[in-house]
Amino acid sequence: MNKPSAVQSVERPLTVEKAKAEERIETSSKSVKLIFSFIACSAFWLVFGTLVGEYLGFKFIWPEIDTISWLSFGRLRPVHTNVVFWGFLSQAMLALALYVVPRTSQRELFSYRVGWASLWLMNLSVILGVISLMAGINNGAQEYREFIWPIFSLFAFGLILVAYNLYKTIANRNVKEIYISNWYILAACLWTIILAAIAYLPGYQQDGISQTVIQGYYMHQGVGQWFTPMVLGLTYYFLPKLLNRPIYSYSLGVLAFWTQMVFYTMIGSHHFVFSPIPWWIQTVAIVFSVGMIVPVTAGTGNFLLTMRGKWRSIARSYSLPFILVGVIFYAIVSYQGTLEAFRSLNKTWHFTNFTIAHSHMSMYGFVSFLVWGGIYGLIPRMTGYEPPQFAVGAHFWLAFIGVLVYSIPLMIGGTLQGLSWIAGDPFMESVTLMAPYWVWRAVGGTMMFMSHLIFAYNVWKMRPQSNKNVDEPSNS
Amino acid sequence: MKLNFHKNHKLLFGVIFWGFVFLSLIIAVFPALWVQQENKPLPASEPMSEVERRGMKVFINEGCVYCHTQQVRPIAMDENWGRPSAPGDYARVNRPSVWRQTPAVLGSERTGPDLSNIGKRQPSAVWHYMHLYNPRSVVEESIMPSYPWLFKVAENPSKNAMVVSMPGDYGPSNGKIIATEKAKALVAYLKSLKQVSTDARPTAAQKAKADSVAAQAAKKEISGATIYADNCASCHQSDGKGVQGVFPPMVDDPVVMAKDPTKHIQVVLYGLQGKTIKGTAYQGAMQPFGKLLSDEEVAAVINHERTSWGNDAPTVTAEDVAKVRKNDELNKIQAEE
Repeated sequence: MNKPSAVQSVERPLTVEKAKAEERIETSSKSVKLIFSFIACSAFWLVFGTLVGEYLGFKFIWPEIDTISWLSFGRLRPVHTNVVFWGFLSQAMLALALYVVPRTSQRELFSYRVGWASLWLMNLSVILGVISLMAGINNGAQEYREFIWPIFSLFAFGLILVAYNLYKTIANRNVKEIYISNWYILAACLWTIILAAIAYLPGYQQDGISQTVIQGYYMHQGVGQWFTPMVLGLTYYFLPKLLNRPIYSYSLGVLAFWTQMVFYTMIGSHHFVFSPIPWWIQTVAIVFSVGMIVPVTAGTGNFLLTMRGKWRSIARSYSLPFILVGVIFYAIVSYQGTLEAFRSLNKTWHFTNFTIAHSHMSMYGFVSFLVWGGIYGLIPRMTGYEPPQFAVGAHFWLAFIGVLVYSIPLMIGGTLQGLSWIAGDPFMESVTLMAPYWVWRAVGGTMMFMSHLIFAYNVWKMRPQSNKNVDEPSNS
Repeated sequence: MKLNFHKNHKLLFGVIFWGFVFLSLIIAVFPALWVQQENKPLPASEPMSEVERRGMKVFINEGCVYCHTQQVRPIAMDENWGRPSAPGDYARVNRPSVWRQTPAVLGSERTGPDLSNIGKRQPSAVWHYMHLYNPRSVVEESIMPSYPWLFKVAENPSKNAMVVSMPGDYGPSNGKIIATEKAKALVAYLKSLKQVSTDARPTAAQKAKADSVAAQAAKKEISGATIYADNCASCHQSDGKGVQGVFPPMVDDPVVMAKDPTKHIQVVLYGLQGKTIKGTAYQGAMQPFGKLLSDEEVAAVINHERTSWGNDAPTVTAEDVAKVRKNDELNKIQAEE
């Protein structure tokens, strides 16, 4: 077969030809339908959730843009965070997990009916949650658990169904060994069920500081014991698969897994450094934050060593560049998180916009990019329809440059805020000095949002169609 | 089955599940229970009233905590906000109902000022109403949202309605602005946010911190402009022009421009309310700063007012302030006798 040159040609002055997804995976139409439905919902929530985020960013520049209670900053902020968490990313990750787990267990998913039930429950939860938050009903404004329990329990129940479905699939596998991806994926589900239970059950979490201890634990793990192990598990499947070579070291993956579980669980309170929660809990959190260097280095090292010498394959693929960016962001934000935990640096960065940059680099640069890599790697091979390569490229570059334009100014501005407080300047100076950085944030945010519209278009282009002739290329 | 994580799914996922439960108990559940036992309200604090509690609910529902902390850290940069927060400060913040969790008042971002002591720093209800209706009416550079839905506009407000008069273009073209019950409750809550003294003995770590804070504070340079920006500008404005009909201007004010600074010093030390200046009656209440600012700081801020915005009045020293304090105390004792 003649491979097209990866070099620029006369017909393509600006872009290079990417490899087509030539293999077609044999999967049941049931599985294609379920997985694509998860992806479609997640694409909708991505566009909705980041539209809200974009609007929130504008409010820093034009605080009088509207005076409608349902659209006010304090109500929309949790809409943004919860929609991208439970609507976009959770459902996108589960879509891929519903493929990876059966595939590596070499059998069909245990139950499609249970799979559909979990999809309905999760979406119902997010819809009701959005309405209630906009109406001003929240769960004590506890970050990332703003949905009141009757609404979040729908999501949690959906998650229990997913975990049951995946566990049964793994338990009845047709191979001896449980592939490392399944460790990460099912562990993420189990941990998040425990987290949700601890976050919402009454009794031990009571007044003021007692509640804050649980919040530190929850708000951190809500990110790090759900999104992180999920996307790492998916990457342990998609990266070797798309590169067509085994993972560099299986044992490194196992080491990273157990250290992630033990170290990460202990560090939630680093969100409350210098607060009145017991000093020893803060110190434990800081010490284990340093410990996180172990799983992060093991994980990213493993992925990068798997990629070594295959840079040309990555350049020729339209899904692998997303994974490369995701892996690099994983390393950067994790080391950054360790630095932010140190009391000396925390002093400057805590409470400032630096934190906002950090959270977007992790949820976006790291988690979202790995999810997109998986989606572009999997869906065309399942449905036989590829997205236009130019549109994938536009998605990639707008999202990548966008998140840099978003986060770098916020890191600079956030540092200046902290220094202004340390210098003892009047407080208003820390607000006015941010003005140009908030403009840059809106510019970066707009690029990111545009890339999501393109992603939604690409999802539409990849949709399964019944009258598909497998051999016909979908774009010319 | 063999004890092999790679082949025995019950063993693998059992360890993953119960291991995480165990870790969660020791890092979150048990500490939360233990902290709750020690969680006594400070002896000097008072229980929240019914209306303050409703105000806290509005505060939470509108998501104020996403931009305002109520958490003073034991480090020098936070000392403008008050003393370091103690666990007892939050002991009265509890679960409002079975549907909702205990409010997250500590906050995680400081886009706007910390509110631990807002009741002390800004005791004027009028200021709070204006600020909620449109923050830019009192703080020009503010980016806080307006909360018009906490107010109503009425043509002929009833006698006991809380009427808020907004300066210039900030009000509606017709009718008057009336604070709703929600706005009243929210303002009552904000005014109730005052740190009280902690009787609890500080831990060694906190004590070491507090000492270093005190040492830092002693070294800190006193700047009248900064004190004015942090304590006075929200009412009298950074240009010294005040807010029409509510907060009097500093520019050309008879007390500020007077040769004898005694009255000026007294206003800063003891506050003022319901005064008519140059024929205009001002509604706003000014709080006393005598306990918040040292003699040096009072002198610095008075001198800033006397020499800025075209004002050109004789300046004062810390000794002048001390003299006024002392004289007034003597007079008070004599009056009591």
